[in-house]
Amino acid sequence: MDDIQQILQSMMREAVSPTTAAVALAVIGLNIHFGYTGLLNIGQSAFMLLGAYGFAIMVDQGHSMWLGILVGLLLAFVFALVLGVPTLKLRGDYLAIVTISAAEIVRYVGRSVGYEWLFKLTGGAQGIPGSHYRGPFSDLSFFPGGDTVLLEFNYHDVGGGSTVVRLVGWVVVIGLIWAAVRIGRGRMGPAAGGARAGILAGLIVLTLFGLFFLVPVGAQNTGVNGWWYTFVAWVLVALGLMIVLGLTRSPWGRALRGVREDEDAMRSLGKNVFAIKMQALVIGGLFGAVGGMMYVLPAAVQPDALGRNITFFCYTSLLLGGAATIWGPVLGSLIFWVGRIAIIGISNTYLSSDNYINIMNGQQTSQFAFIVIGVALMLLVIFRPQGILGDKRELRFNV
Amino acid sequence: MSEEEDPLLSRTSDPERGVVARGLAFIGLAMLVAPLLLLTSSGPSQAAGLCLPLNPETGAIGGTIGDRANPIADADVTLTKPDGTTDDETTGEDGKFCFNDTPPGDYSVSVDPDSLPKDFEIVPPPKALQGPDGGLKVTVKVTGQPTGATLTVRPKGFSNSTSNWDEFLQSAVSGIRLGLLLALASVGLSLIYGTTGLSNFAHAEQVTLGGMVGYGLINVAGLPLFVGGLLVVVICGFTGWFQDRVLWQPLRRRGLGLTQLMIVTIGLSLAMQYSFQFFAGADTKRVIVARATVRHFGPVTITDRSLVSMAISAVVLGLVGFALLRTRVGRATRAVSDNPALAQASGIDTDKVIRLVWTVAMGLAGLSGLLYALVVNGIKWDTGLQILLLLFAAVTLGGLGTAFGALLGSLVIGLVVELSPLVIPGDFKYAAALLILILLLLVRPQGLLGRAQRVG
Repeated sequence: MDDIQQILQSMMREAVSPTTAAVALAVIGLNIHFGYTGLLNIGQSAFMLLGAYGFAIMVDQGHSMWLGILVGLLLAFVFALVLGVPTLKLRGDYLAIVTISAAEIVRYVGRSVGYEWLFKLTGGAQGIPGSHYRGPFSDLSFFPGGDTVLLEFNYHDVGGGSTVVRLVGWVVVIGLIWAAVRIGRGRMGPAAGGARAGILAGLIVLTLFGLFFLVPVGAQNTGVNGWWYTFVAWVLVALGLMIVLGLTRSPWGRALRGVREDEDAMRSLGKNVFAIKMQALVIGGLFGAVGGMMYVLPAAVQPDALGRNITFFCYTSLLLGGAATIWGPVLGSLIFWVGRIAIIGISNTYLSSDNYINIMNGQQTSQFAFIVIGVALMLLVIFRPQGILGDKRELRFNV
Repeated sequence: MSEEEDPLLSRTSDPERGVVARGLAFIGLAMLVAPLLLLTSSGPSQAAGLCLPLNPETGAIGGTIGDRANPIADADVTLTKPDGTTDDETTGEDGKFCFNDTPPGDYSVSVDPDSLPKDFEIVPPPKALQGPDGGLKVTVKVTGQPTGATLTVRPKGFSNSTSNWDEFLQSAVSGIRLGLLLALASVGLSLIYGTTGLSNFAHAEQVTLGGMVGYGLINVAGLPLFVGGLLVVVICGFTGWFQDRVLWQPLRRRGLGLTQLMIVTIGLSLAMQYSFQFFAGADTKRVIVARATVRHFGPVTITDRSLVSMAISAVVLGLVGFALLRTRVGRATRAVSDNPALAQASGIDTDKVIRLVWTVAMGLAGLSGLLYALVVNGIKWDTGLQILLLLFAAVTLGGLGTAFGALLGSLVIGLVVELSPLVIPGDFKYAAALLILILLLLVRPQGLLGRAQRVG
């Protein structure tokens, strides 16, 4: 039980970590590209990297944080234009090849030591350490100092944290999730309207309380990876979701889907398909840039950490949650990163220890997790291309 | 040969069998992993000679003078500490040096030029990495891992006495060598794209697979080079056959869209990459440990291995080209590539052609990986990751789906990669190749040999 509690603990820490939220932001952007517009952008990592560089370099060179954010967004904007102009008029697979190539160019330039002025800005493959640009962001925190455990009142306080308490707690939480899913699918309770939304929101809040009760997470309030970072990151995710919700329900959002479904039909209706695609590319890219800034805040700007594989992980998250859905990117990112930690934790505990089965060493467990992720991505696309929340009828994505 | 007997031109196409059992598709993965089991025997055996920090509070700086093939012994390495004091060490038989008592800070590592063998000198580090005394700047952090100090040795007078023209020739030969190796893999990639429309992101992992299987057979199991090489091609070709049998053909029959298929290949490539790392470790595997013999042709220096590899690549590519142009199978392949529906209607069994294309493409990719490992002295789990984009660039540059375009594109990309360091810093060489691709797409989206048509 202690083993399991420990694994759950690390999963929960990953779930609330700003990195997960940062990837969720990038996936929200990718959802605009791929889910709604059908643009096969395999260079989302470059948008993240450019955002991160713009922000980190400006702060590192002594400018204000806000200017840094602006420069990061501007870089992503220009990058989207540069990518879009040559490729958006071509078939979809050209966009795929050009985006992935351009992303690699950005990474190669970032890790280059060939030009001194460039190296002074980017720090080559070693990158820019987080301490060089983290300061202004941490200073903004209005949280008091010290540590906080969420929840303060947790399973330790009931019956001395006995196994029975925890088991009952998990049964309750799973029951809550089950009820929420049933209501969400309209199989139970009021079919529509404010009452349904209210009940759903209530259930979700209760579930969250239940989870934090069972798996309390402690962290510094303002320090690296502390609650301030977590708070800002998830607030940004919530803002992003609201923006996407607004955009996709607007006429413009319908135009996006129109482009995805049938470009020629859109053209014959007099829409400027190129402009719509370009707008989608830019907006999704800006989300990627914000995600990139958030991603590097608790860590460092290392070009190799924001390479192709991050893009692939974004795709896995998106397809897992469900492309062309509002909540899909967030759900997918959560399940992806938490699932990865779960696989590592389980294989560390049970597959690489003398107490149980010992078939791999400590390093191999994280590689094992990535193998599982690769296979999962294949299975997912083959058997459930619409993901968890998606609608199969809407999702005939095709180049 | 009568048409009825030709397996590729059977008049009656197979009746649609039902969808093959879903689970079957994933035996394919087990299949991909199987050859890797050969590697597990080699295990992590490199523990000896590792440069580890003396105690948890210090870091360590380690490196090799020369390379693992040609280590330079008895070189005097000087470490300048942050406070200006120095420390000396002499490299051993393996060319390695290790300062294992270095608290965090900025160090500078240099080599006494007089202690190097005559005719050799240290390449001055790039300006950005130069310490105050012209040595290599190394920043030590406490991570429990050694910090690498990469000092490269080159023959003396490498850039000074050789003329630009000689340097150009040498780079051009390297470029053609790289181009031929890329061509072996990219012809297959292009044929797969042509016949099925699929951009196979796992193709480069098949290249790595070739090198890895070669390492397992030749280095670990001790087979002779040519027997091992032949086996590598056969095994890799079989993985192609098997993949198409259990994965791609069933998925085609289910009518899975091309985008979905492409994402499946991305998943496959991730799984394969980390399988390599899981089974073979993260270090470079060398197929042949012995030193390569070097030959001089005028200003051009080249190893015997490279020459043989180039010859093999050229012959194999010639054979593929001949088969495509002159044999029935080749004509059938080109027909499917041109218009699958029409090919099917005129009696070509497209499934068999595609199966053959997968088999040959993976065999070629495996050969390419083995030769790559021989020529550049080793293969790593992420070698494929590095050349994947070069392959895509080559295929797109030549014209998506045209086999000869892929050959031309590969040569162009190979030359660009090897020649660009003459004008721009060396670490931009891959970026230069990709930039050329993007620029070409601006003016000629159908590629060099592609037919002009509406592509959007």
